[in-house]
Amino acid sequence: MTMNERKTIDLEQGWEFLQKGITKLKNILEGLPEPQFSTEDYMMLYTTIYNMCTQKPPHDYSQQLYDKYRESFEEYITSTVLPSLRDKHDEFLLRELVKRWANHKEMDRWLSRFFRYLDCYFIARRSLPPLNEVGLTCFRELVYQELNAKVRDAVISLIDQEREGEQIDRALLKNVLDIFVEIGMGQMDYYENDFEVTMLKDTAAYYSRKASNWILDDSCPEYMLKAEECLKREKDRVSHYLHSSSEPKLLEKVQHELLSVCANQLLEKEHSSSERKLLEKVQHELLSVCANQLLEKEHSGCHALLRDDKVDDLSRMFRLFSKIPGGLEPMSSIFKQHVTAEGTALVKQAEDAASNKKVFVRKVIELHDKYLAYVNDCFQNHSLFHKALMEAFEVFCNKGVAGSTSAELLATFCDNILQKGGSEKLSDEAIEETLEKVVKLLAYISDKDLFAEFYRKKLTRRLLFDKSANDDHERSILTKLKQQCGGQFTSKMEGMVTDLTSARENQANFEEYLSNNPNANPGIDLTVTVLTTGFWPSYKSFDLNLPAEMVKCVEVFRDFYQTKTKHRKLTWIYSLGTCNLIGKFEPKTMELIVTTYQASALLLFNSSDRLSYSEIMTQLNLTDDDVVRLLHSLSCANYKILNKEPSTKTISPTDHFEFNSNFTDKMRRIKIPLPPVDEKKRVIEDVDKDRRYAIDASIVRIMKSRKVLGHQQLVSECVEQLGRMFKPDFKAIKKRIEDLITRDYLERDKDNPNIFRYLA
Amino acid sequence: MLFLFFFSVASKAKTKGMDKVDCLFNSYANSALGMIDPDGIEALCSDLGVDYTDVRILIFAWKLKAEKQGYFTMVEWQTGLKALGVDSLSKLKKAVTELEKEVGEPSNYDDFFSYAFRYCLTEEKQKSVDIESICELLNVVLRAQFRPQVDLLVEYLKVQSDYKVINLDQWVNFLRFCKEITFPDLENYDATQAWPLILDNFVEWMREKQ
Repeated sequence: MTMNERKTIDLEQGWEFLQKGITKLKNILEGLPEPQFSTEDYMMLYTTIYNMCTQKPPHDYSQQLYDKYRESFEEYITSTVLPSLRDKHDEFLLRELVKRWANHKEMDRWLSRFFRYLDCYFIARRSLPPLNEVGLTCFRELVYQELNAKVRDAVISLIDQEREGEQIDRALLKNVLDIFVEIGMGQMDYYENDFEVTMLKDTAAYYSRKASNWILDDSCPEYMLKAEECLKREKDRVSHYLHSSSEPKLLEKVQHELLSVCANQLLEKEHSSSERKLLEKVQHELLSVCANQLLEKEHSGCHALLRDDKVDDLSRMFRLFSKIPGGLEPMSSIFKQHVTAEGTALVKQAEDAASNKKVFVRKVIELHDKYLAYVNDCFQNHSLFHKALMEAFEVFCNKGVAGSTSAELLATFCDNILQKGGSEKLSDEAIEETLEKVVKLLAYISDKDLFAEFYRKKLTRRLLFDKSANDDHERSILTKLKQQCGGQFTSKMEGMVTDLTSARENQANFEEYLSNNPNANPGIDLTVTVLTTGFWPSYKSFDLNLPAEMVKCVEVFRDFYQTKTKHRKLTWIYSLGTCNLIGKFEPKTMELIVTTYQASALLLFNSSDRLSYSEIMTQLNLTDDDVVRLLHSLSCANYKILNKEPSTKTISPTDHFEFNSNFTDKMRRIKIPLPPVDEKKRVIEDVDKDRRYAIDASIVRIMKSRKVLGHQQLVSECVEQLGRMFKPDFKAIKKRIEDLITRDYLERDKDNPNIFRYLA
Repeated sequence: MLFLFFFSVASKAKTKGMDKVDCLFNSYANSALGMIDPDGIEALCSDLGVDYTDVRILIFAWKLKAEKQGYFTMVEWQTGLKALGVDSLSKLKKAVTELEKEVGEPSNYDDFFSYAFRYCLTEEKQKSVDIESICELLNVVLRAQFRPQVDLLVEYLKVQSDYKVINLDQWVNFLRFCKEITFPDLENYDATQAWPLILDNFVEWMREKQ
């Protein structure tokens, strides 16, 4: 058939024909017995439409067909679809809707095929909405608008049922929600406004109710378990039927209701559940003081978990609270309080009993290990908890412990480990590990310089009295200290260790010198350790009157030393020397290992049988303190080399002493210890003095570079500069500033007394 | 001609004026020393009708820029009396009473206050003044104006043992303290500022008392 031959189709006629096709389609969709469209049927319908659209005006029926297209949908929806939906509810409504939507899409698909010509040509020319949009708009305006609220409520009701544990048809819900999405034709507006908003509100209300019930009945761990479950399930829900965009909003709502709102209540939870039941029972059974005592203890949720070492619960708590904004701060704060309390308790224990004081450092190390593990494991290495741990330790590590600072205790602890006989039970690795931990602990102590000074004093004794257990360990700890506190911290100590090495060399040279100069030989084996003044702590050198034999030794060494270096001055510190004496006692001859002071005292008895206290003091030229100490060690302690008259337990200036020729011991060789003077006061004085210099130097350094600076800034920079070694006291800084003003290093600004100027 | 006449008249007037001043000076000076010594000052005070310990004498010394406590040199005397515009005892008497007003000017007062301290430094290279003297000085110089502060500060200075002497910086800040800090509540005192430590301690002591 050619174009010319084509018969004009009349609108009425044409539409009647088309209508038949549409009816056929409707029947198929309704499930009525209707044969499928054949290719011929399809062609006929398509061609009819084609013709009706390509006819010459006034028989060009494109617009009318377009309108009729929409009318078909409207008619179908109004007459068939809506009635079928209106009388249904709940799940039945949903099912029907899904069915009708599917049908609609099918109808749309078929009809667009028939009316394809319209779609391709007419619509483009007139900029009209395409046919599928027409269809969908009909559905939306007629069906969706009327029913979406009802549908939404049905969906939400099912969701709530599922939350309560019932089984629901998830696929159905997915299909329904897909409608909400698809009806937006690319926009999520309908889904969000008509479904999601209400769904979220309902969710919030639901969980709010649950939360208020659970918080009353459940213990903190139980609650948290439930919370975690709920979140998991909601997430699951999204993956099965909600749109993925709902996930973050949904989870946030749930978290908010279950956790944020209740966060404080959770943290402050009174009693864990089992404890509460016990308390109730006790209260019920016994009306006595006992119940009150139990009740007087105050617990709180997080505290209780920390106290009871419930690591799993703590991990769970961390996981849950880390999702809430600001959820971790209160937790870390309770953690800090807890650790501080534990540390402070250790301090108190140490104050109460001397035996506890000895183990204080070890216990602090254990405490640190324990809670560092918590930070790493339960709190997933979170910086907030690292900070909490650090701050907690800084609080109690800087408290005094029964008259000693923690700096001193730490130094003593190191000394014990590094001494001979101190830690023989421990393996090398264990020692290394302990030293590592000690150095870490030092980071929390603000008086690091005090630690350094005590450490140095004790190092002196270890090195000079040959009490050091292991050279490698000594060097190892210095390396660790250097890494943590900088080279300046350890430079003197390293110098000390080096001095010892040089001393050995020097001694070898000395012995060579002696063998080359036999006249010089003093007749006594002499070992001299030359110390570099700057490295070693300062010792007062008293002019001890040496026994004649020793005087020669000193002279010989001096001569030797002159051959090596001309420009150095030797100062003899007899208080640090040791001496091996042969004591010819009646029972047997014995070797006595004593200090030089003790030896000098004993040798006096070679020329006198009996000496008074004052005679000894005069002859030795020492102070009362020293004389009392050394005489005590020789006459009132374990080994009574001298007999004291009267034989009281303490030395008094009126005592008299005699050589005890009957002295003996089962050993051939004994060491008579001279307990060291308490260095504490001296150390603190020295450190205070050094601090004054350090503050002065720091202030001058800062002012020299800044020229003009405000007081507060000067103080804060000073504190920062010195912070590595100690925490300077504001008052001390002020005092030094005043001193520097008097010494004309600084002046106040004329106009602003809070500003200082550097005076070149 | 005229000029010369004028000149001679002026110089005559000058020498005449100076003569009077010098005469006055000589009447109090210790001829051996060539300057007015403590005895002379005492005599001057009695003639002026002012007590030796009166603050006006100190102010007078300040006006003279006298360097050494208890002594006035010829130059100081001449310069001072010229500044005051007086050349007789009666005029001087009047001027001295006016002096208190002059010193009251804030800019003058600060200068006077520092001067009072320096006037107490008797030894060469001395930089501080002992507590006793400071207390007396405070009473003379500051008490009239800031009685409650001075009374309590003096009490504190006598009781404390941290400081045996006071330096110029601390002294100057005593005045600033009286001027700036509300008393006796001490509300606006901030120890984190650059106040000398002795004042921090004073404030602490006061707060403990209350």
